[in-house]
Amino acid sequence: MERVPVLKIGDILLVSIQIDMEDQVALQLQEDLADRIVATGCHGVVIDISALDIVDSFVGRTLATIAAISKVLDADTVVVGMRPAVAITLVELGLSLPGIRTALNVELGMELLARERADYDDEEEDADGEDGAETPAVFTS
Amino acid sequence: MSEQGQRIEVVTDQDVVRVRQLVRTLAVAVKLSLVDQTKIVTAASELARNTLVYGGGGWVEATSVDNGRRKGIRIVFADQGPGIADLDLAFTDGYTTGGGLGLGLSGARRLVDEFDIVTAVGEGTTITVTKWCR
Ligand SMILES: Nc1ncnc2c1ncn2[C@@H]1O[C@H](COP(=O)(O)OP(=O)(O)O)[C@@H](O)[C@H]1O
Ligand SMILES: [Mg+2]
Repeated sequence: MERVPVLKIGDILLVSIQIDMEDQVALQLQEDLADRIVATGCHGVVIDISALDIVDSFVGRTLATIAAISKVLDADTVVVGMRPAVAITLVELGLSLPGIRTALNVELGMELLARERADYDDEEEDADGEDGAETPAVFTS
Repeated sequence: MSEQGQRIEVVTDQDVVRVRQLVRTLAVAVKLSLVDQTKIVTAASELARNTLVYGGGGWVEATSVDNGRRKGIRIVFADQGPGIADLDLAFTDGYTTGGGLGLGLSGARRLVDEFDIVTAVGEGTTITVTKWCR
């Protein structure tokens, strides 16, 4: 069985699907990605589907599951490079891929992840700051 | 008029990939538009997977057709599995008995020009779809 490679680029895992995946290969990718997120501590996953000439409901569901699993493991997923004909077909099939973020290409996907991570880190800092400020008001004793 | 069809026995996941490849090749040969190629390959992928998963395997036959006015592609998906007891239910978006998304049958019907289904409980299911060039 073929396997889809997962590459680490900085803080991001990049998956470029270059083959017509049989269902087992898609499921294996789901597992491999979860393992790699945990092993690397990466906070972002970019899945490039520009080489796919179709996305059916099985692959669509796999993408949605990967996004959900990543989220639980504190990583964001962006699907990039969907061909226009694939988008048209997906919508007619009835699959709107809710919960999946998309970008036009790998570069824009990476930018999106970097931006979100920066926002998220800011929020964390703010939250820490507030906690710090409120500490004196917390009842102790 | 139609040419000799090409048949693929559907027994494994890999055969579903072969079905996609065959349908893609034929769709290009009859010069379907890119969007229509994408639609018919997607529909074929859904229906071939159903043949495998729910029908317990079967065969798919794809043929290029010509009605004198237009060219197109016709695909038959056949299995001798359990059949479908309630067709209305099976064609409801989101209905699945196998943990899928329940979009294969209903979605495939939307993606093709002609869709015909013959099914009998205990005997199997045969689906025939056609996509015509515009
Ligand atoms: N060839 C078949 N033989 C028997 N049952 C089928 C067949 N194809 C579809 N079905 C039934 O119809 C339901 C809906 O199919 P589908 O729309 O493809 O959704 P999914 O594959 O996600 O379950 C299936 O869950 C199954 O119960
Ligand atoms: Mg299905």
